[in-house]
Amino acid sequence: MASLKDLRVRINSVKNTRKITSAMKMVAASKLRRAQEQAEAARPYAERMERMLGSLAAALGSATGAPALLSGTGKDDVHLVVVLTSDRGLCGGFNGSIVRGARAHIRKLLAAGKTVKLLTLGRKGRDQLKGEFAPIMFKAVDGLGKPRLRFEEGADVARLLVDMYAAGEFDVATLIYNRFKSAIVQELTVQQLIPFPVPTLSAEQLSAPTSAGVPAVYEFEPDETEILAELLPRNLAVQVFRAMLESFAGEQGARMAAMDNATRNAGDMINKLTLIYNRTRQAVITREMIEIVSGAEAV
Amino acid sequence: MADSKVTFELVAPERLLVSADVDMVVVPGTEGDFGVLPGHAPLIAAVRAGVIDIYEGGLESKSITQRIFVAGGVAEVTETRCTVLAEQAAPVGDLKAADAQARLEAARSRVTEAGADEIARDRALKDVAIAEAMLAAIAA
Repeated sequence: MASLKDLRVRINSVKNTRKITSAMKMVAASKLRRAQEQAEAARPYAERMERMLGSLAAALGSATGAPALLSGTGKDDVHLVVVLTSDRGLCGGFNGSIVRGARAHIRKLLAAGKTVKLLTLGRKGRDQLKGEFAPIMFKAVDGLGKPRLRFEEGADVARLLVDMYAAGEFDVATLIYNRFKSAIVQELTVQQLIPFPVPTLSAEQLSAPTSAGVPAVYEFEPDETEILAELLPRNLAVQVFRAMLESFAGEQGARMAAMDNATRNAGDMINKLTLIYNRTRQAVITREMIEIVSGAEAV
Repeated sequence: MADSKVTFELVAPERLLVSADVDMVVVPGTEGDFGVLPGHAPLIAAVRAGVIDIYEGGLESKSITQRIFVAGGVAEVTETRCTVLAEQAAPVGDLKAADAQARLEAARSRVTEAGADEIARDRALKDVAIAEAMLAAIAA
């Protein structure tokens, strides 16, 4: 049986662990709030962008000459998979579920005879995927979102994608990330980035609202194709940025839940150890008393 | 009169910068500046780097109340609304000539660096244009 000193040391160490996990929980909670605010603030841009793209795509119809970012290359051979994870661990199953999803996705594509290229954003994804997929992993970006997530970080990734796409290095790009549903629930999301799936809007949403109630059609300046060519890379950046915000909020939520659990487990452990400690202490006292009494009797 | 106002919104990817009912907005389009008054025909236009002027103070006696620099973007105009999606935006008063000058020089050196790489060159040229527009906005 462990000695009293050993038990005391263990209780203290678990107490220290509990202090750390409960502090991490607080930090995650405040970061989560900030991340949610940021995600909230970024929403208007994405919404309006979507509305504009919808009207543009509708105006353009299926006319030829649509930018390749929208219409695709007409092939489906080379897939680029972008996996968005966090840089740090201690957030429960957050990264594990993305990595698992990514692995399943890539294996499915490989089994279908496609060529797959892998881009990881975030250190955890890189570390966990490089074992199996090192030969197809061509780039890993980490250190995102420090000290806070900026739009440029999304834009940089988008620029990289657009350049590669223009150079014909892949046909389809997919982004795998965790969507933030609530502070404790994240949803694994597989989103196609290129070619961009056009949001389907109702005819009412597509035309400009007018006071007369008669829907009017937008004029374009310069023409549709040029605006679309301008808008699509920008939209890609918005999509990536949005995913980053969602993922960041999800990470903090997951960490908060994980740390809450850890704090609770540490508390249970301390109770159990204290009980054992007290029992042992009493046993020691009893034993010492018996020793004294039997010693006195022997004299 | 609520009808004679334009709801102007300036949105950056990170947040909504301006949302106000104003009398007129002048937006620097790629094909030339255009003013938006209430009842403007629906329009979607590309925006170049330049200054957006916001006019307020009644239809007759309106004057510029805010000048905001944008580094390009897209504008959507309807009868009652004018929305500008801008990548970067800042009130002209907050711009610093030294920063803009530094940016211009950095962009110019990148143009020379880019050499034959057309994509990089285009991008650098675009940055030069933005920095030049910024300087012009400060000087005006």
